[in-house]
Amino acid sequence: MAVYRQAVLLDRLLFAVKYAPCQSRGCAVDPRAQYSTAASLNEKTFDKILIANRGEIACRVMKTCKKMGIQTVAVHSDVDSSAVHVKMADEAVCVGPAPTNKSYLNMEAILEAIRHTGAQAVHPGYGFLSENKEFAKRLVADGVTFIGPDTHAIQAMGDKIESKLIAKAAKVNTIPGFDGVVKTAEEAVKIAQQIGYPVMIKASAGGGGKGMRIAWNDEETREGFRFSSQEAASSFGDDRLLIEKYIDNPRHIEIQVLADKHGNALWLNERECSIQRRNQKVVEEAPSTFLDPDTRRAMGEQAVQLAKAVKYSSAGTVEFLVDSKKNFYFLEMNTRLQVEHPITECITGLDLVEQMIRVAKGYRLQHEQKDIPINGWAIESRVYAEDPYKSFGLPSIGRLSQYQEPLNLSNVRVDSGIEEGSDISIYYDPMISKLVTFGSTRAEALARMEDALDSYVIRGVTHNIPLLREIITHPRFISGDISTNFLPEVYPDGFKGHQLDVESRRELLAAAVALYITSQLRSQKILGDLRVSSAPMESSCWELCVELGEGQHHVHVIKSGNVYTVEADGGKVEVCGQWNLASTLLPITVNGADRMLQCLSREASGTLVLQYMGTLFKLQILSKRAAELNSYMPEKVSEDTSSILRSPMPGTVVAVSVKPGDTVAEGQEICVIEAMKMQNSLTAAKPAKVKSVHCKAGETVGEGDLLVELE
Amino acid sequence: MMAAFSVARSSCGLFSGLRVSFRSLAHIKYGAAAAAAASPQTPLPPDCRRYSVSHLSVRERIEQKRKAALIGGGQKRIDAQHKRGKLTARERVELLLDAESFVETDMFVEHRCSDFGMEQDSNKFPGDSVVTGRGRINGRLVYVFSQVLTAGLRAESGGRVPRSVIYTLSALFQDFTVFGGSLSGAHAQKICKVMDQAMTVGAPVIGLNDSGGARIQEGVESLAGYADIFLRNVLASGVVPQISLIMGPCAGGAVYSPALTDFTFMVKDTSYLFITGPDVVKSVTNEDVTQEELGGAKTHTTVSGVAHRAFENDVEALLNLREFFNFLPLSNQDPAPVRECHDPSDRLVKSLDTIVPFESTKAYDMLDIIHAIVDERDFFEIMPNYAKNIVVGFARMNGRTVGIVGNQPKVASGCLDINSSVKGARFVRFCDAFNIPIITFVDVPGFLPGTAQEYGGIIRHGAKLLYAYAEATVPKITVITRKAYGGAYDVMSSKHLRGDVNYAWPTAEVAVMGAKGAVQIIFRGKENQAEAEAEYVEKFANPFPAAVRGFVDDIIEPSTTRRKICSDLEVLASKKQVNPWKKHANIPL
Repeated sequence: MAVYRQAVLLDRLLFAVKYAPCQSRGCAVDPRAQYSTAASLNEKTFDKILIANRGEIACRVMKTCKKMGIQTVAVHSDVDSSAVHVKMADEAVCVGPAPTNKSYLNMEAILEAIRHTGAQAVHPGYGFLSENKEFAKRLVADGVTFIGPDTHAIQAMGDKIESKLIAKAAKVNTIPGFDGVVKTAEEAVKIAQQIGYPVMIKASAGGGGKGMRIAWNDEETREGFRFSSQEAASSFGDDRLLIEKYIDNPRHIEIQVLADKHGNALWLNERECSIQRRNQKVVEEAPSTFLDPDTRRAMGEQAVQLAKAVKYSSAGTVEFLVDSKKNFYFLEMNTRLQVEHPITECITGLDLVEQMIRVAKGYRLQHEQKDIPINGWAIESRVYAEDPYKSFGLPSIGRLSQYQEPLNLSNVRVDSGIEEGSDISIYYDPMISKLVTFGSTRAEALARMEDALDSYVIRGVTHNIPLLREIITHPRFISGDISTNFLPEVYPDGFKGHQLDVESRRELLAAAVALYITSQLRSQKILGDLRVSSAPMESSCWELCVELGEGQHHVHVIKSGNVYTVEADGGKVEVCGQWNLASTLLPITVNGADRMLQCLSREASGTLVLQYMGTLFKLQILSKRAAELNSYMPEKVSEDTSSILRSPMPGTVVAVSVKPGDTVAEGQEICVIEAMKMQNSLTAAKPAKVKSVHCKAGETVGEGDLLVELE
Repeated sequence: MMAAFSVARSSCGLFSGLRVSFRSLAHIKYGAAAAAAASPQTPLPPDCRRYSVSHLSVRERIEQKRKAALIGGGQKRIDAQHKRGKLTARERVELLLDAESFVETDMFVEHRCSDFGMEQDSNKFPGDSVVTGRGRINGRLVYVFSQVLTAGLRAESGGRVPRSVIYTLSALFQDFTVFGGSLSGAHAQKICKVMDQAMTVGAPVIGLNDSGGARIQEGVESLAGYADIFLRNVLASGVVPQISLIMGPCAGGAVYSPALTDFTFMVKDTSYLFITGPDVVKSVTNEDVTQEELGGAKTHTTVSGVAHRAFENDVEALLNLREFFNFLPLSNQDPAPVRECHDPSDRLVKSLDTIVPFESTKAYDMLDIIHAIVDERDFFEIMPNYAKNIVVGFARMNGRTVGIVGNQPKVASGCLDINSSVKGARFVRFCDAFNIPIITFVDVPGFLPGTAQEYGGIIRHGAKLLYAYAEATVPKITVITRKAYGGAYDVMSSKHLRGDVNYAWPTAEVAVMGAKGAVQIIFRGKENQAEAEAEYVEKFANPFPAAVRGFVDDIIEPSTTRRKICSDLEVLASKKQVNPWKKHANIPL
């Protein structure tokens, strides 16, 4: 083992040398708009900080620490021992095996690591122990600074009911509502009228949106009362009802606040986070297209009031729901650094982590409210390792066989904690990175985001770039007409990828055939002296047949130099480019317009997989004659998916509800798979008898693994 | 099939000047051909085939013969072939070769059999049942033969091998009445001719096999034909690359020609290779087995190791064959081909620095390493589904073809067993024969223990791989990625077997065996086994013991592997090494 440790040390040393230039590159892209890179050197903060987190946020915190001349300590689980955040840190301590409750949530081990390394402060990042008051308390007891708010603020804001009461007391708009026993329908109507329509009625005990009814008038209120009270009594044995203002088409807009320990607090403008799936944010921007300066100020001031009310210090976020009439209501306060903090940094120029560290040390805020600008526009896309075609994103795992961030573009910031060769495992959040672009206007930032998504190379795992690319180019998004229901409204039948129109299809066909011909011609280029002379086919004109989706396209191509003139579907396109067959990125010019394509695979059978407009397209290109002969080839019958249940994603089998010989009804649960904290129930597609079961509870399965066969 | 049969039969009836009995299915062929010939576009007299009494000029007869040769068995047979999801012999050649590059030979050859009514002109076809010639693949010369299984033999369901194909070399039986791509003396002679020419010119031979077997009517002549081909297969072995693509049935003695060639590819669902068919198997061993199970593409690419790869259909197979051909030199006189390359030879592969897991028992995928290192991630794997604990295949480094051998830690820990040794050995010998440098990635815990292996002869089979590496004189570059234990270390292109450049990654462990086993022997009875193990790991589980002795030339950062190999290959291109003269070596078969 000793040898290993040596190797690790050696590795780390080597990495430190290697990583140094990377570091500066990350920040040097455009320091002005990202966050300040110059720390106030005369302020002494800490000598050593332990970062109790992993992945991109750990790296993000370390970047600022390095800038401030602070030593960093990483903690990691055993599977993360060669992760980027470990290599980046000055010291690293393994705190346990892969499962988070044994490592990153293992308070004992982390406290031990702090003692062992002598770290003076701990930055918790987000998630894990970041909002754990127990952890904060124990740190204080050990004399270690927790870089975040005080314990009581964490506690106060951590309790949903208490936080609302405090907010109300601090004169923050809260959603008007009533929670208690409602005796009669008329009483319910009275409450509803007080609140103002529309209202939402549900049993207090029912979690989430379960049994929720929306009433727009008195009559509907009576009906809702009847159903909900019945349900409350029968399903939950708890009579209490919740009647609350229903926010129609809400937006999720949050205010970043920053407070010190001396009673000063600032609001750092808002972040629009309405694009969500399953209550998880996907695309965020700052500022919001929806807020006018007055609303912004009102929200900001209320957020600051709340922060002051709980004696908040450090960076925090006050989340609001905003209705279509710009009424805003307090939702909750997050007492930590948010995932989407970079967009605030981009438009304000502040380094939030630096400010958090300063505040934790006890320094006063450097800025006043009037110093907080909105410089330009920033957009963040969360790039996830997940399949967007399955309910807007089911986790995918794998090894990043190729990985290249679009850092060559200006005004792009990528916060990531992985590199080429990293594993995305089932144990942790499947986020690959946060891709942030900014510009002086929203349009500029959006255009840059398009370029950045097109130039982002991710291979080895399925990722959600197709979805991100579609969102940011959707007319509704561009016009700012969004709400938390954006995805289900825009894609009622689920996400299907980029839909090609005639023009774009022709572009794609042209790019594909040009690449195909390049590779065909290259096949003839054998170098060196040949004993038997070669007789390459000289040709500048081709007739090809391309299969794309369901359609077949006859394509006529003329080549001159690097320019291909392609005639397809009754139109003509001219494409030119470098046509490098080794490159994953394929920058081309189509009829004078720049396009970035990616080539994922190129096979001998003429099959080509290209990423175009974010979406993957599979094409088969054959010569006219080969296509003719190919039509005789028999269709291979694909397996009957209704009688075979395969794992839709990698994960752990939590439960198997059937055994061979059982009869199952259509829609009946067969087994449950858990991956990345998400449970998925797999159901029978038809009524059938169970033929065989190939998995058992506790087993780890890969994507596409056979779980159960039906007869 | 039945319908086609009866249509053909009735069209025969139209020209009832023919006197042959309908017992012979060959007449269908004639009927179809005649029907085609009698179509309005080609107003020929119905008896056009009876050249001997024809009034036609020689020139006209040439034209007619050419036409007949091109149409093969007639449109009906072509359609039937298509219906089975197969292409005709000519279509295959057309797809395999560059457009208009095919130069056909022996289009006028006919069989010489005079028994069973075969001497009649109606039973003769210009070109007999094989198309031969030469052509170009991506401009490079190749000789091809493509057998014509045009026959709609009997009324059997589409895509099935006629039952009558079931026979052995020595036991011919059942009434074989149609050529069905069957091998006549003339057929064999045509194949031998192209093979001979390929040898004199120095260019590869590709056979597209789709044959009913020996032509029974010809008896020993047909057997002689097979033997003539076998002999040439053997003589050409190691002189020019020989590739077989099985695109239909191939049974009995016929299987030995593909078996003697360097590579055998198959088409899924439509091709079969077996010595005896299911019926004979049933009667001899009482086993019930389908043709697909007995000799289909899946069987031969996963279980028997007879075939090197299988493809979905004819088109995909032929296009892949073109791709594969690009990797090969034309003959043993040519160096490994160098193709224009767009991938920088000094590209650093950062992902390799973390690919080998810290725990030496944890698996990783050797293919990830291979794909990351070779040009454009383009790796043509040979036998991807057989003996998966070793990976072999062709790739390019800076444009130059290389053969890649790697232990696969993902499967059976990458150990060497009988099948993987034989798979590796054959591949190494092919590369050596055709001047293709060999790059070996080593992560091998040893030979697989157990009675199954010992009884199966792992000693002599393992010796094959050892032998192959030892005798190889092409450039040999070895990279030890992790384990190189015991005898398997020696075998895997070690320095001691004349490895030209041997690298170790920092994760390499060159030792006689793993720590646990070693400690149990060295420190037998010692109390603190864990401490002893740690001591052993410290001493041996690293690249130093090998490096200090010069058994590895350097310990390199994994990310630099591609750059180093490319530059080494550049230098080793002029490597000259000669083994002592011998009639031939005696590999432990």
